[in-house]
Amino acid sequence: MTEAVSKVIRTEEYQLSMGPVHPSTHGVLQILLTLDGERVVKAVPCMGYLHRGIEKLMESRNYFQCMPYTDRLDYVSAMNNDFAYCRAVEKLAQLEVPERAQYIRVIMAELNRIASHMIFIGSLAVDVGATTGMIYPFRDRECILDIFNELCGARMTYSYIRIGGVKSDLSVKVIDMINVFLKNLSAMIDEYNDLLTGNEIFQHRLKNTSVITAEQALQLGLTGPMLRASGVNYDLRKDNAYSSYEDFIFDVPLGNSGDNWDRYIVRMKEMRQSAKIVKQALDGLPEGSVMAKVPKVLRPPKGEVYVTTEGPRGEVGYHIISDGTVKPYRVHIRRPSLINLQALDLMCRGYLVGDVVVAMSTIDPILGEVDC
Amino acid sequence: MHSGLLVMTADMLSNGIDSLIGNTLITQFIMVILEIVAIFAVISVAVIIQVYMERRVCGFIQDRLGPNRVGPFGILQTVADMIKLMSKEDIIPAKAERVLWGITPMLLFIPAALVYAVFPFDDGAIFTDLNIGIFFVLAVMSQSVLMFLIGGFASENKYSFIGGMRAVAQMLSSEIPMAFSIMAVVMVTGSLKMSTIVAAQSGTWFVFIQPLAFIIFIISMTMETNRTPFDLVEGESEIIAGPFTEYSGMRWALFFLAEYTNLLTAAVLTTTLFLGGWQGPVLPGIVWFIIKVFLMIFVFMWIRWTFPRTRIDQMMGFSWKILLPLALFNIIATGIGVYIYNWMY
Repeated sequence: MTEAVSKVIRTEEYQLSMGPVHPSTHGVLQILLTLDGERVVKAVPCMGYLHRGIEKLMESRNYFQCMPYTDRLDYVSAMNNDFAYCRAVEKLAQLEVPERAQYIRVIMAELNRIASHMIFIGSLAVDVGATTGMIYPFRDRECILDIFNELCGARMTYSYIRIGGVKSDLSVKVIDMINVFLKNLSAMIDEYNDLLTGNEIFQHRLKNTSVITAEQALQLGLTGPMLRASGVNYDLRKDNAYSSYEDFIFDVPLGNSGDNWDRYIVRMKEMRQSAKIVKQALDGLPEGSVMAKVPKVLRPPKGEVYVTTEGPRGEVGYHIISDGTVKPYRVHIRRPSLINLQALDLMCRGYLVGDVVVAMSTIDPILGEVDC
Repeated sequence: MHSGLLVMTADMLSNGIDSLIGNTLITQFIMVILEIVAIFAVISVAVIIQVYMERRVCGFIQDRLGPNRVGPFGILQTVADMIKLMSKEDIIPAKAERVLWGITPMLLFIPAALVYAVFPFDDGAIFTDLNIGIFFVLAVMSQSVLMFLIGGFASENKYSFIGGMRAVAQMLSSEIPMAFSIMAVVMVTGSLKMSTIVAAQSGTWFVFIQPLAFIIFIISMTMETNRTPFDLVEGESEIIAGPFTEYSGMRWALFFLAEYTNLLTAAVLTTTLFLGGWQGPVLPGIVWFIIKVFLMIFVFMWIRWTFPRTRIDQMMGFSWKILLPLALFNIIATGIGVYIYNWMY
C-alpha cells in the first residue's frame, strides 16, 4: 500500500488460523498467519496435534519392540526410518550387516524415496490447484506399494528392515516386479513433466517464490532436497556413504536459486537417480545371508551413538543412549520435517496467501514426523 | 415466419389452449408462464446433466471411473446427492449476519437465471428478443459479484472474507476484456440484438472472423464462472471454499446450482456469439444448439481438470496487461476491417 493511500484509508493486519482443519495442511498442522490484505506478514507453524510421545515410549520397550514406532514417524517413507533406527542400534551393538542385506536395504530405501517423492508431487499439484496432477503420481505409487506388499505384507508400515539385516530375502516375483516398475518409471516421470513441469501456470506459481539462499538454508539447519535446492551439495549418501552406497554411481541433483521451482525440480531429478541406484543394486546383488547373528536378547554395551541417514526429506538422525540393559535409556530422533518446517516463516513472509500452501508443500512435511 | 422445432411446438400448444379457452389474452398469459417454467426446467435439467458430466469427464481425464453405482452408469448420482444435501442439517454460524447470509444463495441464482431471457435456443425461440440483448446479459451477469461479496462479509469468516474480496477483484478484471471482446462481434454485426447476431452467422461463424475475440472471450468467461485456472474465489487449497465456506446443505446446493447455471451461460453465450447459435445443416436448430453447447461445456471442463490455479496477482496482471490490450487491439483491427469492407462493397 502506497503512502498516499494509507494516509486516507486505515488498514489493519489480521490473524488467520490456517489449520489444523484445512484442505491443504498435509495433516494436522496449524499455521498462524498474520496478513495484510492477502500479503503475509508473519507465519507461525504450531504443531503438537499428532504428538504421541514416541521418544518416551521407546524408553519402555526393548530394542526390537521399538521397530513399529519408527514406522509411524514418517509414514510415507517408513523404510527409511527403519533403516536409520536399525543402523543406529547396529552401531551401538557393534553388529555387522551382511552385504546382501545392505544392498536390499538400499533398494528398499530408494524405492521408498521414489514413493515419497511421488506423494510430494501429488500434494504439490493439488495445492497448486491441479487436481489431475495429484491422481497420476498416486496411481503410480501404488506400483511401489504393491512391491512392498509382496515383499513383507504391508503397504505403509513395513518393519521390513530389521536390526542386523532384513526380514527375508527377495523373492523372484519381487525382483520381477521391481524390474517392471523401473522400466515404466521413466514414462511415468515423463507424464508428470507433460502435465505439470511444462505448464506455464505451474511454472509461474513456483518460480521466484519462497526463495531460500544457501546461507539461510545452512543457518536454519535444512537438509535433504530443501538444502540441495539452494545449491548446497550435501547428501549423506555421498558425503558419508553408508550401507554400500559407495558402490553405486549416481548424481546429486542441485538447484541454484532455492525457490519452490528448484525444490520441485530437485525432487523430480532425484527420482531418476534413485531408480538408477536401484537398478545397479539389483544387478550387482551379492550372494549370502540377509541377517547377521543377532542375540535373542539384545543388550548393547553402555554408551551412546548418533547415526544419520539420508531420508527423502533430509537427514534422519537417531541419538540412542544405552545403559547396558535391554531397553534404550534415551532415544532422540532428529526429524527432518520438523527442522525443515522452521523455514516456513522465511518462505511465506512477504508473499501471498496462495504462496503459503505452495511453500508448505515444497517443505513436504509429514506431520507424524513433525510431532513425533 | 420461424421454422424452428421449438416455435412450432409452442404455436401448436398456444392454438390448442386458444381453442379450449377462446380468449387470446389468457392464452398469452398462460404461454408466458409456460415459457418461464420451460426455462427453469431447462436450467435444472442442464445442471443435473452437467454435474454428472463433470464427474464423468473428470474421471475420464484422471484415469478413473467416476460415479457408476447409483442407477445405470451412475446417472442417478446427482439425484442421490440432491437428496443427501436436502436432508442435511442447516448450520448457521453463530456470528453471521443472519438475513444477508440467508438470502445470498437465493439472490445469487437470480442473475444467473435472468440472462436466459435473451438467449435464442432455436429459430425464434427466444423469451424476449431485446434490442440491447447482449448488453443486458453483461449487465445482469455482473450483478453476481455483489452476492459473493455479501456472502463473504456476512459469514464472519476470514476465508469467506478473502474470497469475497477476491471475487470483486476477479470479476472487475474479467468483465472488461470480456465486454471488449464481445464489442468486436457487435461491430461486425452492427446490432446488440441476440437474434441478429445469430442471423449474421448464417454464412460464416464469428469464431473464424474473430478468432482473437473468441480466445479472449473463452478466457474471461472462465474467470467469470470461477473455474480453474481462475477459481481463485473458491481456491480450495488456499481459502477452503471462499464465500461458500460457511454454507452447508441446501444453501450450498443453491451456490452449486448458480455455479453450473453460470457454466451453462458461458457455453450458451459462446455458442450464440461465436459458433453460429442454433444454425447448422440437416438437423433441427435445437439439436445443433444442444450439441454446440455441450461441446463448449466439455471444453470448459477439459480446461478445469488440466490446469493448475493461478495466483491472484498473476490473474489480474494477465487480465489487465495482456487480455485488455489485446481486446482493444482487436477492436481497432475490426474497425479498420469493417471500414474497408464497407468501402469495397
